[in-house]
Amino acid sequence: MRVEGDEAVLGITDYAQDQLGDIVFVELPAVGRALAVGESFGVVESIKAVSDLYAPIAGEVVAVNEGLADAPELVNSDPYGDGWLIRVRLARPLDEGALLTAEAYRALRADGA
Amino acid sequence: MASRAPVSRALAGDEAAPAAALTFERGAPGRRAVDVPAWRGEASELPPAHLLRASLPLPELSQGELVRYYSDLASRNFGIDTGSYPLGSCTMKYNPKVDDLLASLTGFADLHPLAPEALAQGTLAVLFELQEALGAITGLPAVSLAPAAGAQGELAGILMVKRALEERGELARRRRVLVLDSAHGTNPATAAMAGFAVTELQSGPDGRIDEPALRAVLDDTVAAVMVTLPSTLGLWEPAIEAVARDIHAVGAYLYADGANLNAIVGRLRFGDVGFDVAHLNLHKTFSTPHGGGGPGAGPVLASSALARFLPTPVVARREADGEATYALVAPEASIGRMQQFHGSVGVLLRAYAYLRTLGLEGLRAVSENAVLNANYLRELLLPYYDLPFPTRVLHEVVFSATRQRREHGIRAYDIAKRLIDHGVHPPTVYFPLIVEEALMIEPTETESRESLERVAAAFIAIAEEAARDPEALHAAPTTAPIGRLDEALAARQPDLRWRPPAEA
Repeated sequence: MRVEGDEAVLGITDYAQDQLGDIVFVELPAVGRALAVGESFGVVESIKAVSDLYAPIAGEVVAVNEGLADAPELVNSDPYGDGWLIRVRLARPLDEGALLTAEAYRALRADGA
Repeated sequence: MASRAPVSRALAGDEAAPAAALTFERGAPGRRAVDVPAWRGEASELPPAHLLRASLPLPELSQGELVRYYSDLASRNFGIDTGSYPLGSCTMKYNPKVDDLLASLTGFADLHPLAPEALAQGTLAVLFELQEALGAITGLPAVSLAPAAGAQGELAGILMVKRALEERGELARRRRVLVLDSAHGTNPATAAMAGFAVTELQSGPDGRIDEPALRAVLDDTVAAVMVTLPSTLGLWEPAIEAVARDIHAVGAYLYADGANLNAIVGRLRFGDVGFDVAHLNLHKTFSTPHGGGGPGAGPVLASSALARFLPTPVVARREADGEATYALVAPEASIGRMQQFHGSVGVLLRAYAYLRTLGLEGLRAVSENAVLNANYLRELLLPYYDLPFPTRVLHEVVFSATRQRREHGIRAYDIAKRLIDHGVHPPTVYFPLIVEEALMIEPTETESRESLERVAAAFIAIAEEAARDPEALHAAPTTAPIGRLDEALAARQPDLRWRPPAEA
């Protein structure tokens, strides 16, 4: 997740795309949908598995990455850039403490968790 | 005509071994496989001209060409009659041919599903005996053979739970079904399709049900808990009886995914450890044909308390003047029909033949050998592959290729593909989802010791090749009719329809 003003851009992590393997289909919500924390907002399908996408924050979907319909492989090749999933207008200011930082996430991974 | 059959443009560039030409690319206009006698009856009017198409290009082949086409396809196929097939969770065991023979006897095979019951007494008697036998084997005496496959039996079972809760007036409150994270994908799909919310339960560190974690989420909003016994990891659940008590204490039902019954058949009955309802996949435990889109059979079984809700029909036995007659009946509060007619009778007959051929002693030998074979392979492969849950197993064993991936960049997928070059069907990979780089191996009870050793030798050779020449493994398979497929491209841009060359 990348916060830009009162909006957040959501994607999956590089680790997640590596674990999933080649992504073949991404199902995203309609623009305008309201998301609650922990709510499933879509599905990412790889040649290995189909996984739900969960919203880490609450807000309204203001844009989805239309390019993934024709090129789902962008999630593999550029998960933090062109492989973004949705853009959400935050329902309330971000509670920094509630989410893992990228560093904490990497540390968690290093533990083998 | 294309120089190469466009089966899929996702085929890796292997011009040396082109895919088989399709029927459309064989034969010639006007050729026929059979002579159809000229019609001498009354001809009816054609529909209006604007509803008729001008031409319908269909394949036109002689009988010989057609036979060669299918023989060619068959020769490229790999099946249990060809070689070892340790595809985890699928129980690809050998099916005795006598079962096919018995099911094809004309008295069974020529019976019309709408024949009057008086003319179907023999078949109905066999189906009744199969119900009784499956009830005895599972300790769940209420049985319907109607569901057309395991997944449909599963849906029937959860719909029965739903109907029972409706009668109890608790359906509005009990909205959740609990499913293990190691479950078959059909479990959450079934619960969702029946209208329940799915709560996923994390397995404990030993891969088994985490009893305290389960108890923490059990309350009166739970409709049912679905448990696969033994689990997809091939593990026994030592806490199952305590788990059943916990579940019943909050008024919920315990569902058994009976896919792995071949590990315990003749030794443990679902009903005795507290399960309320279950489905069986007859092709796994009772040796009927597997998949291929053909008919299956997935009987649903329940405790007497749930018998009234079974899907329609069930076979009932009536006795009058010392003579038994059999009839198809609808249970009193049935959830209804799962499909037209009475279930896949041809499949049910094969299961009955298998059951009667083996008897109880034979079925005990099935579970004994399934477990022995899986543990023998486990011992043989233990030095070469990581075993995330290092205990003895039941009918299958789930290794992980994490060591090969970390040290040599070789994934479970590469190992699976190389096994094809060794004449062994790949194991299930990347399932269960809780094991990284999973290699799910189920040798089944019908493999001999020599066959198990050949399978192990192939796995071991590949582990050594991973260290020596990882690049070669990425190219596997190299001896199959078709090499490594680009599965991602095939899924992203499926090319499933043949078009005439002019249109393509």
